[in-house]
Amino acid sequence: MTDAQTPAGLLIDRVSKDLGGRTIVSDMQLEVHAGELTCLLGPSGCGKTTTLRMIGGFLQPDAGAILIDGSDISRLPPEKRPTAMVFQNYALWPHMTVFKNVSFGLRLRKLPKAEIRERVENVLELVGLTHHIHSYPARISGGEQQRVALARALVLEPKVLLLDEPLSNLDAKLRVRVREDIREIQQRIGITTIFVTHDQDEALSLSDRIAVMSGGRVEQYADPRTLYRHPATHFVASFVGAMNFYTGTLGGDGFRLAGGAQVPVDSLSSRTPGEYEIGVRPEDVTVSSNGDGGAEASVVREIQRGHYKELVLDVGGDEMRAFVAPDLPAVDRLRVRFSRGVLYRDGVLQEQSESPVAVR
Amino acid sequence: MSAIEQQGVALGGLEQAELPVARPTRRRMPTPRAAVLRGLGFVFVVALLVFMVGPLVWLAVRAFSGIWQYPRFWPSHWTLQWWRTVFDDKSLGRSMKLSFEFAPVVTVASAAICLPAAYAFSRFNFPGRRVLLVSLFATNAFPKIGLYISMAGVFYSLNLMGTFLGVVIVQLIGTIVFMTWIPTAAFSAIPRSLEEAARDVGAGPLRVFFRVTFPLAAPGIFVAMILSFLAAFDEAQGTFLVGIPNYITMPTEMYTLVLNYPEQAAAVFSILLAIPSVVLMSLARKHVMGGKLAEGFQIR
Repeated sequence: MTDAQTPAGLLIDRVSKDLGGRTIVSDMQLEVHAGELTCLLGPSGCGKTTTLRMIGGFLQPDAGAILIDGSDISRLPPEKRPTAMVFQNYALWPHMTVFKNVSFGLRLRKLPKAEIRERVENVLELVGLTHHIHSYPARISGGEQQRVALARALVLEPKVLLLDEPLSNLDAKLRVRVREDIREIQQRIGITTIFVTHDQDEALSLSDRIAVMSGGRVEQYADPRTLYRHPATHFVASFVGAMNFYTGTLGGDGFRLAGGAQVPVDSLSSRTPGEYEIGVRPEDVTVSSNGDGGAEASVVREIQRGHYKELVLDVGGDEMRAFVAPDLPAVDRLRVRFSRGVLYRDGVLQEQSESPVAVR
Repeated sequence: MSAIEQQGVALGGLEQAELPVARPTRRRMPTPRAAVLRGLGFVFVVALLVFMVGPLVWLAVRAFSGIWQYPRFWPSHWTLQWWRTVFDDKSLGRSMKLSFEFAPVVTVASAAICLPAAYAFSRFNFPGRRVLLVSLFATNAFPKIGLYISMAGVFYSLNLMGTFLGVVIVQLIGTIVFMTWIPTAAFSAIPRSLEEAARDVGAGPLRVFFRVTFPLAAPGIFVAMILSFLAAFDEAQGTFLVGIPNYITMPTEMYTLVLNYPEQAAAVFSILLAIPSVVLMSLARKHVMGGKLAEGFQIR
């Protein structure tokens, strides 16, 4: 449908926005490549929705510019922008049928009736809702309403698709399915997409790149793997995925925690000895019941998570969480080592430029 | 009426509740407590009927009765004489025509003034918003006649006494509250994202209003217009004070009737006066019962 169209890139150039005397977005810089799906991820109040609304034209930036395809759109009203938005509550018009909802924008553009019909049918087929073409929004399920909202946005063949937490009103099972559908459709038509979410799982599973936001700034902008393996700041590390954090000293024979325990580390972002904060993913905490030189730990609690088991450990007074195989026999005492850790100083990742991180 | 219906429903529910699901072949005797509850409910319904329908029945009987004196429970003979009297009176036709002229004009004028205000109240946050919204009740908070007399003073100096415009303005006062509060609630009930979504697909602000906002608020606006129509239609005091002697509408005609004719004629006239209200209310019934009216007074 939109295959003929070349996708467009989006540039958010040093954009700031104050609302109610508070700086919501501050000097934000972000470039989204054509055809890419980028997630704006962050806790509530981080400025992600404000950013999206500025791209859509519902808010005007106080400073900076927003460019689509190289042309500045930041002063255009929403109806003049080549963007289409899927709202969090779907915002379907309850007094119009699915057909009328989807065709509204086309009818405003005074297209011939036959063409409107054809385009609406095509897009409804794309989202798999042809059978509900004459239903009213109130008569269809939440997931279906969501897809109508997506169809309504796509039918106008926008250059940039904006999704504002589109899955947050769906139940957990449906959410996973719909997010896969969205990703599939997005890749099929190759549309540049901005997806706002506070759910890191959602962001990791469907993005090309993720911009983690905090306090109106982009903390890190990277692909999901980099984001997870090399979180650039303490904030990113703690927001994306689970992470154990300890302050302590890196020496020749491992990392000494504040509580005194000496934990051997196999791979580190930096090898320069000194004071650090170390971040270790629970799956990078290796446990063994035989003494192969790890730090001593006692098991405080075991939590069954289905496909894995979470152990809450006490390592010399420090609490530690580890993900282990679900069938690991229960024991009281263990030895732990870190298979991989990332080091932070003042909340910023310490990486040695000459020797890139050893990945086991 | 709805209270009676609901009471009926509640009683029906009670009756069903005391029967077990798998009903035995013979009906069980109700427990004493349920019997007392049912008895009380019945008394309540009857009392309600007497208070609400009683006067109407009395009015209807009165309109067709000849001589009806105190010790007799029922009129001694029936007659259409009073209907003839009322219909023969030439001023009646004139007052009916006037009433049906004023009410629509007032309703439309009220809508023209209040709907933009209602939209502003619901969509913009400006200084004094709450104070203004609440102050609209001021016209209803004081005794009307005091307000009308002070208005009359102003109207004299503006040469509005005894004019069509003067009557329209005085009737307008009573409609402002409905016409602002109910549509304000109706507009507020529409999520902003519905309007934003319309902007997003290419509709300008005016088109958004007429294609999305207005159709969605229409039921609330419709109810407000019916209530305004009735308020204008039934307005007597102010119209009497300002309109006399040029503009005598149906409710003001009542005063003359009550003074100059036996009360049977007034009863006939009351019934005539009630007809538009009943018709309009039954039209509005669906929307009023649908909670739009209740919703009308839940504004943040």
